[in-house]
Amino acid sequence: MVNKNISKVLISSLQELPERLGKTFHVGNMEVAVFKLSNGTVRAIENRCPHKGGVLSEGIVSGDSVFCPMHDWKICLEDGLVQAPDTGCVKTYSTVVEGEDVFLLIE
Amino acid sequence: MAKKKLVLVGNGMAGVRTIEEILKLTKDQFEITIFGSEPHPNYNRILLSKVLQGDTEVADITLNDWSWYEDNDIQLYTDETVVKVDSDRKVVVTDAGRVEPYDEVIVATGSVPFILPIPGADKDGVTAFRDIKDTEIMLKASKKYKKAAVIGGGLLGLEAARGLLNLGMEVSVIHLAPYLMERQLDPMAGKMLQTELEKQGMTFLLEKQTQEIYGEERVEGLRFSDGTEIEADLVVMAVGIKPNISLAVESGIEVNRGIVVNDYMQTNIPSVYAVGECAEHNGIPYGLVAPLYEQGKVLAKTICGAKTDPYKGSVLYTQLKVSGVEVFSAGDFMEGDDKKAVKVFDEQDSYYKKLVLRGNQIVGAVLFGDSSDGNRLVSMIQKQADISDTMKVSLLQPTGQEAGASLVATMTDDEIICGCNGVSKGAIVSAIQTQGCSSVDEIKACTSASRSCGGCKPLVAEVLQLTLGSSFDTKQQKEAICGCTTLSRDEVVEEIRAKGLTHVKEVMFVLDWKTEEGCSKCRPALNYYLGMVNPTGYEDEKESRFVNERMHANIQKDGTYSVVPRMYGGVTNANDLRRIADVVDKYEIPLVKVTGGQRIDLFGVKKDDLPKVWEDLDMPSGFAYGKSLRTVKTCVGEQFCRFGTQDSMGLGIQLEKKYEGLQTPHKVKMAVSACPRSCAESGFKDIGYIGIDGGWELYIGGNGGTHVRGGDLLYKVKTEEEVIEITSAYLQYYRETANYLERTSAWVERVGLEHVREVLDDKEKRKELSARMDKALSVIEDPWKAIIENKKLKKELFETVVTS
Repeated sequence: MVNKNISKVLISSLQELPERLGKTFHVGNMEVAVFKLSNGTVRAIENRCPHKGGVLSEGIVSGDSVFCPMHDWKICLEDGLVQAPDTGCVKTYSTVVEGEDVFLLIE
Repeated sequence: MAKKKLVLVGNGMAGVRTIEEILKLTKDQFEITIFGSEPHPNYNRILLSKVLQGDTEVADITLNDWSWYEDNDIQLYTDETVVKVDSDRKVVVTDAGRVEPYDEVIVATGSVPFILPIPGADKDGVTAFRDIKDTEIMLKASKKYKKAAVIGGGLLGLEAARGLLNLGMEVSVIHLAPYLMERQLDPMAGKMLQTELEKQGMTFLLEKQTQEIYGEERVEGLRFSDGTEIEADLVVMAVGIKPNISLAVESGIEVNRGIVVNDYMQTNIPSVYAVGECAEHNGIPYGLVAPLYEQGKVLAKTICGAKTDPYKGSVLYTQLKVSGVEVFSAGDFMEGDDKKAVKVFDEQDSYYKKLVLRGNQIVGAVLFGDSSDGNRLVSMIQKQADISDTMKVSLLQPTGQEAGASLVATMTDDEIICGCNGVSKGAIVSAIQTQGCSSVDEIKACTSASRSCGGCKPLVAEVLQLTLGSSFDTKQQKEAICGCTTLSRDEVVEEIRAKGLTHVKEVMFVLDWKTEEGCSKCRPALNYYLGMVNPTGYEDEKESRFVNERMHANIQKDGTYSVVPRMYGGVTNANDLRRIADVVDKYEIPLVKVTGGQRIDLFGVKKDDLPKVWEDLDMPSGFAYGKSLRTVKTCVGEQFCRFGTQDSMGLGIQLEKKYEGLQTPHKVKMAVSACPRSCAESGFKDIGYIGIDGGWELYIGGNGGTHVRGGDLLYKVKTEEEVIEITSAYLQYYRETANYLERTSAWVERVGLEHVREVLDDKEKRKELSARMDKALSVIEDPWKAIIENKKLKKELFETVVTS
């Protein structure tokens, strides 16, 4: 098996993340959409809808889901799964909040 | 009466489907025995690609599980292959040495994948893509190997390629023809498909003939006839299928390419029938599922001795969805000779539609990007519909429900609604009537209609509507604003007013929303209603705005934006143009285009650049993204035109300055023309003005978009003051009574022109409406300027952070 290298990248302070809106981060060659939900938790997913590549960071956030701004696919921010009746999934990234610092865990 | 012995050779989709049809007709006429070479019960071969893609497991694609055979007293032998039909002794013989007598025998041996007769085709790591075993080989290979080559860029090859891509392999597709799926698509659609799939990560090698598969025991690569080669450690051959006729040949049944059958699926030998991919009817062996089901029906009736219409061949159609790409083709889809095409191509949204006509008849169609019209077109082709009374382009863009609805209404009960699962209109109607189905999902659970590709969902919904008729309509009459609530728009607005609700969250809480934070339908709607009810007090909630209205620019498919500066009445000057030109240079804006509303649109602006672009433009927002007044188009009018009777530019600019930034249920477009020639197209606007000698005509509810509608003449007035007052009252009444996202064209039809006129005729009401409009207008500010001046907002909305 390949050993996975996990690196922890500081991306933002917690207060700089707008609530119920997405923010786009370029980390290495990845584009990540980071969301601060209304309950304060931070979630991060790949910033491309599996349907037609819509930028998910600009979608409407509701609870723990985001609606793709292109064709309204609903995607769960917890597990990246596209909600019925559409299907598919996006990559999710783990986040860690330590005090005011928000980190992204990258494999 | 003793039961007759019926033997089915081949436990696949076509054969078992025929048995199901027979069981529908009679339960006790036959003693049924089925032989299948695979160790599985009947499964849906079409969905193997989903198993490969990891969406589904083998158990989920089983059509008839073991208990179905037991319940119907069917003797099933799996893993056992029939090697001979001995028609003299009336028995079949299997490879296990079993001898089974029959009275009637159905041969449904399907087809076999065509394996290229090239050196190395027998190496390890070379497989076809036909059954569960092949799928398992591919799944296993993907865990250990990296490079896959799929030979064949047809339907099957592309599905295999997509699956392998999902499994994390690098996939190259090798294809002999110059474009993909050449048997189903025309070059245009084939190329569009290629572009789309390349974006998803597939590599294509077109016009390549594979000459050799090289490697030791396992494949290591492919060599082509032009001398080039590629590395590969898995090769999937998907170059085609051919009818499996070896049993028929062995048994002396007449074959050509397939087993030759007549219109009743009978072979040349009495009591021996063939159905499905192994059969050849009228020179054609069919390789798709819908025809097989049609054949199964005819054969079932024939065997049971029931009266049946002969099978007359099928219109071939294909509907494919690879990772979101919808592709459809039907019938004779290549134009040429006496066949002419009507095409619609939208490069921006990447869709393409083509109809092929012979005279007044539709004989074929190709759809790319949006295949929702597929079922309708297949049916028109099957019926050889005469389209001489229809506008050709509207066939590709049917307006409203009429086109589809009338089609379902004219379908007979026998006609197939769901091609994948062979469900007829009659079966759906019966599920509604006898089993109480009242939604598409219930029908799906009950009949399997729309279970596979889902393309027929709109048709199923129409059958529901037709069958339930008025009761379905009354259910629909009170339309909840979305799935989060049972309340209608009017009820919600009434509650907002009565209870003095002031926030989106508060509305959802007080009115018992089913979801905590609503959805993409109700949130923007509530945000609008709250602002409409309380224009001066309500603080707009950007989190409940669609991206365009939050960012004040139009998002494009690549995530960049387009910017339209305000240009009142479509009139510009050298200074503005110079500034626009400078901005285009400075920010390297890739496309500058004049819009339909007489504006200049700057495409491809990066999100981070938006505030800077606005600042440098130093022009107000054109609101090209808003549910708002978009543009007032004008003709040049009396200032220059020799026909102009009024100052159309003057009025247009005045209107645009007054109403710019106004929030409305949907976008509002205006046009002012100085004479009845209506060069500004005033008859197709939400409100249009036409100058006449000594006054203006006002037209409302016009629309030139999806739902084309000519505007209705509302009033003729003498002065510009009257024009403004009526416009205010009309727009305010629309703002207060329309559903969110309802254009004036739909609204006028819903509430009635007479009703609108009655309200506006009332001088008192007109004044009140106009005053409320002025109140709403009083708080509008230019959003671009507001953002430029607000550092926090700029950072929150427009910043992209780059970390290493």
